[in-house]
Amino acid sequence: MATSFHGVGAAVAALSSSPSNSFDSKKLLCSPRRSFPVRKGASFVVARSDGSVNFDLNPKARRAQQLIVNAVATKSDSSPASSSSKPGHELLLFEALREGLEEEMDRDPRVCVMGEDVGHYGGSYKVTRGLAEKFGDLRVLDTPIAENSFTGMGIGAAMTGLRPVVEGMNMGFLLLAFNQISNNCGMLHYTSGGQFTIPIVIRGPGGVGRQLGAEHSQRLESYFQSIPGIQMVACSTPYNAKGLMKAAIRSENPVILFEHVLLYNLKERIPDEDYICNLEEAEMVRPGEHVTILTYSRMRYHVMQAAKTLVNKGYDPEVIDIRSLKPFDLHTIGNSVKKTHRVLIVEECMRTGGIGASLTAAVTENFHDYLDAPIMCLSSQDVPTPYAGTLEEWTVVQPAQIVTAVEQLCK
Amino acid sequence: MAFSTATAYFAPQPFPLNTASPRSHDNPLITPASASPFFGSTPKLRLSPSPKFNLHRRSGSGVSVSQVVKEKKPKSTRSLLITKDEGLELYEDMVLGRAFEDMCAQMYYRGKMFGFVHLYNGQEAVSTGFIKLLKQQDSVVSTYRDHVHALSKGVPARAVMSELFGKTTGCCRGQGGSMHMFSREHNVLGGFAFIGEGIPVATGAAFTSKYTREVLKEVDCDHVTLAFFGDGTCNNGQFFECLNMAALWKLPIVFVVENNLWAIGMSHLRSTSDPQIYNKGPAFGMPGIHVDGMDVLKVREVAKEAIARARRGEGPTLVECETYRFRGHSLADPDELRDPAEKERYAARDPIKALKKYIIESNLASEAELKAIDKKIDEVVEDAVEFADESPVPPRSQLLENVFADPKGFGIGPDGRYRCADPKFTEGTAHV
Repeated sequence: MATSFHGVGAAVAALSSSPSNSFDSKKLLCSPRRSFPVRKGASFVVARSDGSVNFDLNPKARRAQQLIVNAVATKSDSSPASSSSKPGHELLLFEALREGLEEEMDRDPRVCVMGEDVGHYGGSYKVTRGLAEKFGDLRVLDTPIAENSFTGMGIGAAMTGLRPVVEGMNMGFLLLAFNQISNNCGMLHYTSGGQFTIPIVIRGPGGVGRQLGAEHSQRLESYFQSIPGIQMVACSTPYNAKGLMKAAIRSENPVILFEHVLLYNLKERIPDEDYICNLEEAEMVRPGEHVTILTYSRMRYHVMQAAKTLVNKGYDPEVIDIRSLKPFDLHTIGNSVKKTHRVLIVEECMRTGGIGASLTAAVTENFHDYLDAPIMCLSSQDVPTPYAGTLEEWTVVQPAQIVTAVEQLCK
Repeated sequence: MAFSTATAYFAPQPFPLNTASPRSHDNPLITPASASPFFGSTPKLRLSPSPKFNLHRRSGSGVSVSQVVKEKKPKSTRSLLITKDEGLELYEDMVLGRAFEDMCAQMYYRGKMFGFVHLYNGQEAVSTGFIKLLKQQDSVVSTYRDHVHALSKGVPARAVMSELFGKTTGCCRGQGGSMHMFSREHNVLGGFAFIGEGIPVATGAAFTSKYTREVLKEVDCDHVTLAFFGDGTCNNGQFFECLNMAALWKLPIVFVVENNLWAIGMSHLRSTSDPQIYNKGPAFGMPGIHVDGMDVLKVREVAKEAIARARRGEGPTLVECETYRFRGHSLADPDELRDPAEKERYAARDPIKALKKYIIESNLASEAELKAIDKKIDEVVEDAVEFADESPVPPRSQLLENVFADPKGFGIGPDGRYRCADPKFTEGTAHV
């Protein structure tokens, strides 16, 4: 039975608003005044775990849709004249990733792709579909099943002038590449005294899917976060997926781009013109006054689903998609904390040693004086993700828990 | 007369071991069936015979390059394997390697360098034999036993010594140390502490070479990469994975195994089911060669062919160099496990002494010329130490400089500015 995707429509509607005063808008490469029209009848897709897609709406979702316009406070629309004159185009998140990748490969012949089944098969999540036909088998390289070695090969290629994008078919497989990612990807620029740069992008889907079992449901961001010398970003919408992909490829630093298995079929309208998303910045999803909710990747949608309920109960949560998992955007986060004085972190990592744990520490360290309550962090249970659907549901944070947490925080 | 001794010099010795099990190298090392010098290749991988010389079997102990010498006219210098200039270059490079490493030991015990320092004494023939055939744009990847690879590739002795002393004038600004020698200028891609982790990097460099030629259409690009690693590494997954990928895509790489029989205290025979490492090449579809790694001329001949093969785009080669380290695994290793008799046997085959003998007996150069080189190298090494001694230690401001190529990677601070713009970053006192 297809499970509906909670609050996809709502979340997709809450696009990255034009930059607030919180940071220098010149840092964005796209027009700072751009905003997006409120989406009426936001598209709503159901992604099955077997990859098929249909458009079921269960009653709960239909109600959710009606709430979309009210629940999600979008930035007031600037006049149409200030938005892009082109209409934009609609696509799914995996297509956005592909578009970003293809554009960068067109732009720079040194950009190449390596991974298992990225070429002829088109990628197990179809992110690289059609690229091998267009760019050839060497530029979109089907590797044997040897993660440590082909990641190392990507690093060697990056050192000698190429700009590889290495795909882990599932992020969990990159555990096999930990040696290369930690020692070479992260540290080699430093140990070589700055002589060699590693402009590599390592990307792939991770996170808890639909009953994929423990080993396919891992959150590698918590393991990689200590590695010095790398940046980690997590995409959550087609817009930021394409933007982050392009920014990661253009960056001289090694970047790990975390995608989520369940988000590949999100649909959104994105601009036609070239744009990138800043790798180090967080995204304001929903401005608010009462509580700051920090989240990323799939949990963003659980948070937005909870936000609808919270709004109905009279709360005004501020939702920030941190996007940059390493380093944290302490400016956006800090400004929010200074405004709301309460922080809830909602993440999919395990309780122990996850991104939430680091974020809690960072917020406490930097903004302790501004907090009216201890930081709450909702994480997945420290449990190998079970196969059974009911058990799996209880390992990750659900919207109801988020609502309860906010109520508790705001007492 | 000179050549009978030269013959004796070249004759491969049997290699008895200090363990009971026989070393399997008394089997013929190279099947000579065709005139191809490479062993075990599948028919379509057999090379056309090298125009320079025929290699054929000599009573079960492998290829003897001396056969060539014996057959040709003794007085003609054309029958020699090297010219005078080449001979002196090889000699100087090996002496540099040896003198440098000996000085490292001295400096270590005087407290000028610390940590894990792995010396290359005894293995110079492999480094010199291979690396002196490379161009500047070719790449070398090594392991933690990398000082001499860096020196052979052209990294100045001063830069290497400074790096070992941890000074800011070191080739890696003092940030790498003994096990991480890098040089962009000379294409030394490391220097790796974990065994095996350099091999994929080397494979990547070879991939770039092929990519440059075929995708970027720079048809003249024929850069070759050499990956050096030891016998212990040949049991590691990354080794096998890279053999597969290199052969699959015909990458321009040569895998050079420096088999010195010992991985710290683990004898190669105790850890390897098939100790003949060169056997592993054909299993992946590439030629596997075994060569006497204590003999720089033999190594050089094999290296020439392997490198030429890679340059022609025919793919990788696995070369097993049988060699020996005269010192312990590192300066912290008391080296009590190895049989002194074994050490003596290999000491008698010191590659520098052997080359010296060959040069003198072939009348390529006089003893005085060689002694002059010895002296010159001593001065180079002394100068390197002096330079390193006088160089400054890295200042605090260097601490955060090379973590990221683009320092925006440190992120945005609470004040909205990028943290790298904060003066504490350039001073090195910021907390990241």
